[in-house]
Amino acid sequence: MTRHVVASVADIPPGGRKIVTVKGREIGIFRIGDDFHGLINRCPHQGAPLCLGEIVSRLVAPSPGDYRLTRPGEMIRCPWHCWEFDIRTGQSLCDPHSVQARAFDVAVEDGKTLVEGPFVAESVQVTVEEAYVVVTL
Amino acid sequence: MANSPAGRPPPGAIDCDIHPAVPYTRALLPYLDDYWREHILRRGLERENLEPSSYPANAAINGRPDWHLPSGPPGSSLAAMQTHLLDRLQPKHAICNVIHGAQVMLSEDLSAALCRAINNWIRAEWLDRDPRLRASIVVPPHSADLAVEEIERLAPDHRFVQVLLLSMAELPLGRRQNWPIYKAAAAHGLPIGIHAGSSFRHPPSAGGWPSYYLEDYVSQSQGFQASVNSLVSEGVFVKFPDLKVVLIESGVTWLPASLWRLDKTWRGVRAEVPWLEEQPTETVRRHVRLTLQPFDAPPSEPQLRTLLEQLGSDRMLLFSSDYPHWHYDGDDALPSGLSTELIQRICVENPLETYSRLKETPQ
Repeated sequence: MTRHVVASVADIPPGGRKIVTVKGREIGIFRIGDDFHGLINRCPHQGAPLCLGEIVSRLVAPSPGDYRLTRPGEMIRCPWHCWEFDIRTGQSLCDPHSVQARAFDVAVEDGKTLVEGPFVAESVQVTVEEAYVVVTL
Repeated sequence: MANSPAGRPPPGAIDCDIHPAVPYTRALLPYLDDYWREHILRRGLERENLEPSSYPANAAINGRPDWHLPSGPPGSSLAAMQTHLLDRLQPKHAICNVIHGAQVMLSEDLSAALCRAINNWIRAEWLDRDPRLRASIVVPPHSADLAVEEIERLAPDHRFVQVLLLSMAELPLGRRQNWPIYKAAAAHGLPIGIHAGSSFRHPPSAGGWPSYYLEDYVSQSQGFQASVNSLVSEGVFVKFPDLKVVLIESGVTWLPASLWRLDKTWRGVRAEVPWLEEQPTETVRRHVRLTLQPFDAPPSEPQLRTLLEQLGSDRMLLFSSDYPHWHYDGDDALPSGLSTELIQRICVENPLETYSRLKETPQ
């Protein structure tokens, strides 16, 4: 397992995302508040670039007409067939136990910790003053 | 496991769809209240037969030749029905579903008055005279208020085991205007029976008015698909989790394909109907039942087995003869190709699970 530095924290504002490539895999890095999450950029349904879809909320209704907007900005809707996935886990809403997008461990690490190594940073310049988004893969 | 040839239902079977017919409108006069009796006489309506145009009683297809009566439409004689059906197949119970013009009238009040009369008539002339019989409550479907009044009036008599609607009414069945009917039915443990038929406010085909009975009859499955889609999408089964719906004379083969499409489409537009948390097929398997006859079985037994697998549940089908309509000869009311276990479920266990009132002994 290697730590890959894929972005500086400042690159991705809250609610934002960045598509990165790690070991040949496209991964969408999402920021929800100060938490970062990674999802494979490939829908488990038919291979669409999942992470380019719209970032949405989870709409629920315990009973018809009783509408509630929950978990704002925590779902991604596939750009092809509109299936919804939980950005935090990759689980689909329609079939959470069998239809899942692969989720990756994403952490935030300080530049001064990172420089002690080892890490890989193919396209990010690492300095001790900043914090970075790190994917372990 | 060998599959049975066409045959008789086993002991304890429950026939979930038979059709007593009002012999002529005058027969209802004693069962109308004074006001509506005079209203009908002044308008001369007692001279009309008020039969819905979908199923003219004297059309050959609407009565088995050996069940025709010397006078009156097929199904209008209790004695004949006992001879033709009850004494031969010996079902434990048979559920009477009256299909009548009262259910499709534009006047909500006249519709309600005639439905009350029909329910009084079926109780006095059929239920009181043969303890094997049960009946559906006929209601004015275009007035939820009056329909609920009628349900509340008759629900205490547990020989009424269901509330009867037609599949194609003024509005899709799932719409909230209809919910008081479902609320009352669920409160009394009464399933909603949805019979083939239309009040003809809209064409019975989604494409427009058909020219022939052939189109009309085959298009009924569109009406049932629309009904199931509407009930599921509007969240009727989320709102009324104990409600059961029985599709009567819907045929069966259209359902698996319709559910595949419903599930598939739901995945992409789920957020429109956020109350639907589970695949629609799961909801339908829990809440929807279908009567057997007329069974639109595929031509071969392997194809029938495939269809039953696609249905995905042995709890959904309910035995019915659809007396006096002509779907079988002799006493072979069950189509061929069903396993012994499935026959037992279809004829006995499924009806008892669907109609909980059948487990009781009415006072």
